[in-house]
Amino acid sequence: MRVTFTVNGAPQEADDVWEGESLLYVLRERMGLPGSKNACEQGECGSCTVRLDGVPVCSCLVAAGQVQGREVVTVEGLAGEGGELSTVQQAFVDAGAVQCGFCTPGLLVAADELLERNPEPSDGDIREALSGNLCRCTGYEKILDAVRLAAARTEEAV
Amino acid sequence: MADTTSPRASSSVTRTPTSLTQGSTTKGGIGESTLRPDGILKVTGEFAYSSDLWHEDMLWGYTLRSTVAHAEIRSIDTSEALATSGVYAVLTYDDLPTEVKNYGLEIQDTPVLAHGKVRHHGEPVALVAADHPETARRAAAKIRIEYADLPVVTDEASATAPDAILVHEGRDDHHSGHVPHPNIVHRQPIVRGDADAAAARADVVVRGEYVFGMQDQAFLGPESGLAVPGEDGGVDLYVATQWLHSDLRQIAPVLGLPEKKVRMTLSGVGGAFGGREDLSMQIHACLLALRTGKPVKIVYNRFESFFGHVHRHPAKLWYEHGATRDGKLTHVKCRIVLDGGAYASASPAVVGNAASLSIGPYVVEDVAIEALALYTNNPPCGAMRGFGAVQACFAYEAQMDKVAAELGLDPVEFRQRNAMEQGTVMPTGQPVDSPAPVAELLRRVKSRPLPPERQWEVAGGAADVRALPGGLSNTTHGEGVVRGVGYAVGIKNVGFSEGFDDYSTARVRMEVINGEAVATVHTAMAEVGQGGVTVHAQIARTELGVTQVTIHPADTQVGSAGSTSASRQTYMTGGAVRNTCEAVREKVLEIGRRKFGTYHPAWATAELLLEGGKVVTDGGEALAGIAEVLEDEAVDLELEFRHRPTQAFDLRTGQGNGHVQYSFAAHRAVVEVDTELGLVKVVELACAQDVGKALNPLSVVGQIQGGTTQGLGVAVMEEIVVDPVTAKVRNPSFTDYLIPTILDTPTIPVDVLELADEHAPYGLRGIGEAPTLSSTPAVLAAIRNATGLELNKTPIRPEHLTGS
Repeated sequence: MRVTFTVNGAPQEADDVWEGESLLYVLRERMGLPGSKNACEQGECGSCTVRLDGVPVCSCLVAAGQVQGREVVTVEGLAGEGGELSTVQQAFVDAGAVQCGFCTPGLLVAADELLERNPEPSDGDIREALSGNLCRCTGYEKILDAVRLAAARTEEAV
Repeated sequence: MADTTSPRASSSVTRTPTSLTQGSTTKGGIGESTLRPDGILKVTGEFAYSSDLWHEDMLWGYTLRSTVAHAEIRSIDTSEALATSGVYAVLTYDDLPTEVKNYGLEIQDTPVLAHGKVRHHGEPVALVAADHPETARRAAAKIRIEYADLPVVTDEASATAPDAILVHEGRDDHHSGHVPHPNIVHRQPIVRGDADAAAARADVVVRGEYVFGMQDQAFLGPESGLAVPGEDGGVDLYVATQWLHSDLRQIAPVLGLPEKKVRMTLSGVGGAFGGREDLSMQIHACLLALRTGKPVKIVYNRFESFFGHVHRHPAKLWYEHGATRDGKLTHVKCRIVLDGGAYASASPAVVGNAASLSIGPYVVEDVAIEALALYTNNPPCGAMRGFGAVQACFAYEAQMDKVAAELGLDPVEFRQRNAMEQGTVMPTGQPVDSPAPVAELLRRVKSRPLPPERQWEVAGGAADVRALPGGLSNTTHGEGVVRGVGYAVGIKNVGFSEGFDDYSTARVRMEVINGEAVATVHTAMAEVGQGGVTVHAQIARTELGVTQVTIHPADTQVGSAGSTSASRQTYMTGGAVRNTCEAVREKVLEIGRRKFGTYHPAWATAELLLEGGKVVTDGGEALAGIAEVLEDEAVDLELEFRHRPTQAFDLRTGQGNGHVQYSFAAHRAVVEVDTELGLVKVVELACAQDVGKALNPLSVVGQIQGGTTQGLGVAVMEEIVVDPVTAKVRNPSFTDYLIPTILDTPTIPVDVLELADEHAPYGLRGIGEAPTLSSTPAVLAAIRNATGLELNKTPIRPEHLTGS
């Protein structure tokens, strides 16, 4: 089948998509956007998190056909048009929240969505919002630091 | 430099610090928390992990695995799979191209594809290459295998029974001659002093039996890679691994290729923790690529990943500790039985570690120790962060608490009275010849203020359930919740032990580009997330006085870096980078002396350094710019670096200077337990660790927090459950194998000591593993403190706390 949808603001089309393919597979293998990760492919780890019409979803659990005509934002869509890092991306780099980095794209999408709806999250809010994203390297402390840093920098910039 | 065969494969990682070089110091050197050179690529999604690789016309490989644990293979029929549209190849044992059909880290006992029998659930039996991953999976499902079940051996009793079926018949490896039973991979006793005589002096004797569950590394980046057949009959392999050259040594003979025709490049690695020491899809992808003449990509899903790598050895441990009334240990006897599963992997070395580190960081003159690993039909076990020392620490720290309780002593005070220090002699007879601040680490975690009680209470008398046991499941608002505090400390060896000729290689090039002296560092070190690439650039800046350092992709075009394991890479490949940089510096200074020596006497008389882009005297006087010295000359050297030699452990007594260096960490855990439902919330997990020298403090703290969290996981949730009757894995998924989420993980305050080890580069101490040791027993001790229960098993589950 053919699937057409918007990814990071640009229209995208994929042909010969098998009905069983996930949004994650189509993004990674057919659209050249491997930033969304495939750590479990069963909706448990959050590494494939993208926003579907604004809502964070595990793209491994979304059938590609369900996305027809809709809007998807992936980690590749977070940076500015000139390539400048978003506040959350920069904070992850600066805080040491990235080790192997495999969980990072999903965490960035989830953290970006959190800060959009809650610009001053408590630690409890951050933990709750990111509780669907597994990280095996960091022990999460630097990830908390990064989200706090991004929130503080966003507030300064306002 | 960047590879050209695969558009998304790794390219060179370059970082140009924004800070300018000023004065006589070079910014971005060791001791600073410089940022990762791959950080930006990782936050933009551009970093190419091994599962992201792509090649025009590539095929997808799939591995068919055994559905039973132990069986004869009567027949394999691949005809229907081969006839499937879109399938390019189906391979079985009969298709292996040479007489080398097994591989293995220490013992070559692991079949590339099963031959005649399978020895564990999930063993690879056949391979399929097809034009779509689903086509490959469906074709594999059409392969018909006729199994005839064999009895399974699953524990010490069944594996060493007189009539036990042998997991490997006709063993002739280098351990088979000294083990008491062919189903024992390796056995290492350690005898020092006279434990029986010492036991007679003990005022209290405490015995315990402990069970440690099977832990999974659960790295997030699945086993994956891309094999591209070359025009010369060789193959280019892009893969995630911990040691390129070890892979190469095992791959090439199976393919029947000289090593130079198997060109390996490290792709992005999504974590490792020991689980990538053994081969997974490497040989399989190469076989399919060479057979089909097309690039072949293999990516495991999480289900397959649980079968695709070895796990941490589950263990049963028996301990006897004795002490005098004044709180001094008299003796320790212990017996550690590790389940190695169906293939040897790293079991022999894990046994050596478990035995030699079995009594912990304490002074005990009289010991009787035995550690062994079994061959069984359970999943193969091998390397995981902590490597044999984790299981022992869980048991000996439980024992230390029990002895302290018997004596009526504070558990920290009792540990401090028996704490080893520099000069203490290990059970192996090896003196500890660098700082061992065990008592001080305990003092530091104990003196930290405790987190406030009842932190879940919020204004208005409500409860923030996220801070309570059960969390968002909303199971309690504080009713039945009790707090406990526990302590533990551990000792881990750093580096490869027991006489292994361990070395690392670094190539460093210095040249002038656009008027600026720059350095390129080329090693085969596997960057698995630990930050080695960050540290290599820092070392080059410190030693060569340059600002811009390019880290060349890791590949097999340079000498071996050894494994990214055993907490060894900053010591070993960091040491190699420093060593080569020093030689490069001498060459640069030689050129400078030749060109400018007659202009200033300091060229001949002073100690000269490279700092801030200049040649300077140790007094800080600048003699010339490095760019002026080099002009269009380049200095390019590749050198090996070795640590002090070690010795094998005597097979009868366990004596020998077996280890390179020791590493120490201590934890204090604060937990809150819902005693009615048996749910545990770890409130804080504080760590103090001696790191010798923090080359990158931010990364050091990140390693300690990550290691601590893996220890927390195995304390309260992580276990691969293997059916005791069928030896089949029951929970190969992240749905049923739980690792800590951000809600399960507490704040982890870290206290870093820097007591230099004079034998190590910059005085550093390998740090990655030690925090994984003491975290688990500290959490267990805190739960015991909260509940009064004995709790001799990990992980702790609700039924262990509620008794139902």
